Amino acid sequence: MMNIIQNRNNNQLVIVLEGRLDISTAPDLDKVVNNDLDGVTELVFDLEKLDYISSVGLRVLLFAQKKMNRQGSMKVINVNEMVMDVFAAMGFADIMKIEQK
Amino acid sequence: MGEESFLRIPARLEGMDLILSFVSYLLDAHGCTPQARTQLRMAVEELYVNVTLYAYPSGEEGWAEIRGCVENGTATFRLIDGGVPFNPLEKEDPDIMLSGEERGIGGLGIYMVKTMVDEVEYEYRDGCNQLLLKRKI
Repeated sequence: MMNIIQNRNNNQLVIVLEGRLDISTAPDLDKVVNNDLDGVTELVFDLEKLDYISSVGLRVLLFAQKKMNRQGSMKVINVNEMVMDVFAAMGFADIMKIEQK
Repeated sequence: MGEESFLRIPARLEGMDLILSFVSYLLDAHGCTPQARTQLRMAVEELYVNVTLYAYPSGEEGWAEIRGCVENGTATFRLIDGGVPFNPLEKEDPDIMLSGEERGIGGLGIYMVKTMVDEVEYEYRDGCNQLLLKRKI
């Protein structure tokens, strides 16, 4: 289960993810990244309530980063220790702006 | 070799909870650090997803089996399927720095497995794919 909450403020979009970003929920986020980023120049993922991320979830974040490289900036905030371990092990800390909780 | 437990189920994504419950059950019975538990569950989740998606031709219902034991503070799990022979470890590690549009950043899952456990090995034996994971707990 995952909740996706979007807060749009002009060119800024904050996406709050709650729950698990895995094979069963990643397609929902993929749709958001594909369809809802028009005109967004500042994208923020708030992961405070994200409990789990698997490789399909990482793939969607990577795609979002590549998209935002062309149209603005992206950062990931409130990352918990478990998710941070994954980001670090996978080298994501080198290519994304990540702020730990 | 310690006593090995196993679970065999139809290779469907809906079986994920069963597979992960098996992993936790075995680890918790032996006392396990939270980090090792999380990482072994993640590694098994990645491998099981691959089995459900790719091991069998579409439309064909296959099976998956997980076997595990804990000995001398090290957990060993084997994930087995009877599908098409495929060694995922031969895939090159992904280059996430590559820019560009391409969606198909392959190999992230298997790379994640490699980072989460101490040892991962592939073997095709008795007509089955076998992936072996070892990690200190």
